[in-house]
Amino acid sequence: MRDMMSAGMRGVSVVTDGGSARPDGGSDQTGGMSAGMRDGKAPGGENGGPLLTARELSVEFSLYRKGLSQTRLTAVRSLSLDARRGEILAVIGSSGAGKSLLAGAILGILPANALVKGELLYNGEVLTPASQRQYRGTEIVLIPQSVDYLDPLMRAGKQVAGARGDKKGQREAFKRYGLDPRAERMFPFQLSGGMARRMLIAAAVITKPQLIVADEPTAGLDGELALETLRHFRQLADGGAAILLITHDIDLALAAADRIAVFYAGTVVEIAPAADFRQGKAALRHPYSKALIDALPGNAFTPITGTQPPPDHLPPGCLFADRCAGRRPACDGEIAPRALRGGEVKCLYAT
Amino acid sequence: MSGAVNITGAAGADGIAGADGIAGAEGIAGIAGIAGVVARMLLLLFLVSVLTFVLIVNAPIDPLISYIGAESTLSPAAREDIARHWGLSDPLPERYLRWVGNIAQGDFGMSITYKRPVIQVIRERFTYSLALMALAWAFSGLLGYAAGIWAGLRKGGLFDRAIKLFCLVLQSAPTFWLGLLILSVFSVWLGWFPIGMAAPAGKLAAEVTLSDRIHHLILPVCTLTVVSAGKMVLFTRQKLIEIMDSDYILFARARGESEGQLVFRHILRNTALPAVTLQFSSFSELFGGMALAETVFSYPGIGTATAAAALNGDAPLLLGIAGISALFVFSGNLTANILYSVVDPRLREEKSYV
Ligand SMILES: Nc1ncnc2c1ncn2[C@@H]1O[C@H](COP(=O)(O)OP(=O)(O)OP(=O)(O)O)[C@@H](O)[C@H]1O
Ligand code: SF4
Ligand SMILES: [Mg+2]
Repeated sequence: MRDMMSAGMRGVSVVTDGGSARPDGGSDQTGGMSAGMRDGKAPGGENGGPLLTARELSVEFSLYRKGLSQTRLTAVRSLSLDARRGEILAVIGSSGAGKSLLAGAILGILPANALVKGELLYNGEVLTPASQRQYRGTEIVLIPQSVDYLDPLMRAGKQVAGARGDKKGQREAFKRYGLDPRAERMFPFQLSGGMARRMLIAAAVITKPQLIVADEPTAGLDGELALETLRHFRQLADGGAAILLITHDIDLALAAADRIAVFYAGTVVEIAPAADFRQGKAALRHPYSKALIDALPGNAFTPITGTQPPPDHLPPGCLFADRCAGRRPACDGEIAPRALRGGEVKCLYAT
Repeated sequence: MSGAVNITGAAGADGIAGADGIAGAEGIAGIAGIAGVVARMLLLLFLVSVLTFVLIVNAPIDPLISYIGAESTLSPAAREDIARHWGLSDPLPERYLRWVGNIAQGDFGMSITYKRPVIQVIRERFTYSLALMALAWAFSGLLGYAAGIWAGLRKGGLFDRAIKLFCLVLQSAPTFWLGLLILSVFSVWLGWFPIGMAAPAGKLAAEVTLSDRIHHLILPVCTLTVVSAGKMVLFTRQKLIEIMDSDYILFARARGESEGQLVFRHILRNTALPAVTLQFSSFSELFGGMALAETVFSYPGIGTATAAAALNGDAPLLLGIAGISALFVFSGNLTANILYSVVDPRLREEKSYV
């Protein structure tokens, strides 16, 4: 069988213009999965329709500094995006960009000193702490980064079933992901990397979720296992779920996603079809996205100068201004997101 | 990469990776460790016995005088006879070896204080002390654990702050002082409990009822419980706070588990073993607390016997008690060690994959 990576579904190669660093980048492949798989099985909406919408979301922390003075730290600000049924939306951005905070805000599991403002709509309905309690672990699930997110003293079977699943569902999930029934009795430390990964996915899908938030689900996995994980995600998306794939790894996002949202300093600077990213920097909109593509080993391999500003030292206007070659005076004012060439960008001068 | 990579294909295609690697492992981790522990125990017993022996021999108390009484009219020659009979003038190593040899045959010698075989005195006294220690051990463990869990769950709350202050005060307050406080409030002032002893004074042993015994045990047990619980409270609280911060609790919350489910599915499971282990390894504090509590309440256990034996230069009894207490403390540590290797799957079961 030929390599047919997840991107094959959309008939696009995973290889970027400059040639991806992925050793396993497949060739152009339309693949056996066609639009026929996206019959909109999700209740209350068609594939492609928005399942989760974030509007002007912000996350603030109240912190106590030395001397008991209380300060506020805005770690996520004016963030808007939507995750659609049948689609994998990759969220990329460097460390501290606010990716995990978005996941936490959606699930309602941020620490007590965090304050979420703005609007989160799920299926057209505003997410409240009460509805989050109801949905998390059933309709909205998290796929975590590693086996460290499993209770070290609980056997895998019970753990996959979770508090909300049952034995029957667990057995089915095991079968679906090719997990040996004997592995039910194992403890997390006994699982191999591949088994652990499938367990985590099995645990997530046991309740037939609609929205799957995966935070760095392939961190530390070698190529083959990462690909296997991505295949599972594609399957779930084809089943009608919306997938939010949070990752550091741009190559992974290029290979797996339908759309990509670029996070920077707590906000989204660009959302665009993954195909644009695969085409190369010319097809992209925001200077930061272009710089990310340039920094890939297979491309110019030129790192961006400067660093992402920390939440307590943000510039007044455009958050990227300090590092932007095209900065002009107006950039120090308010920057609203705008639609551009089938994507969305937060830059005054993007074309 | 040439692996068959097809996103539509179910994962079942490649099946379970090396299912043959599943462990049917017998847990033997720890056998070697336990042998080492036993060896250490023997060494410890040896050191304890030698040290105690040397201390007692050099104590400024003449066992002969304490045996026959200071006003005795015994002639010097008769004293000589007794001393020779006891072997008091033999060289020290010889006396020590004779003592160890006798012990090996189950003979711990005669107690000078009680004029009965040491083994009998210890057996009787230890039964009293064991009742006291076992109750205080169980109560302090259970109450301390529960309080620690509660305080940790409501970190920063009223109960948490109160219990933390209480534990800190306790840690700096001597058992003796606490015992006296409890004694004066509940026995002297309120008159709810007897002032001391293990049974009403003047009652024949046969007439003492179980409720008499319990009535006399309550205050000493309370004192020892309160003194011993502090460590457990702070330990459990700390452990819980650590676990609450862990990735697996975050994930469990993301999966919709309520606080109650977190506690019953994960927190008890992950804190119980360390807590039980802590409780077993604090036998030495328990023993020390018991000795003081017994003294305050004149409870006729091993603690008061130790004080009496020390005042009388009762070497055989002191040595016997030293040995017993060392064994007692050591058995606690040994149990703690074994528990870990038997109960914790990470030590008990093999890793099936490298
Ligand atoms: N509990 C908290 N209190 C204060 N600040 C926080 C807290 N959690 C996160 N932050 C801040 O919010 C910012 C975003 O954090 P987040 O964890 O979302 O980053 P991330 O994009 O997921 O990074 P990574 O790729 O390293 O996981 C960081 O600057 C971090 O310092
Ligand atoms: S708004 Fe201005 S500073 Fe910001 S990215 Fe665009 S051009 Fe650069
Ligand atoms: Mg993160």
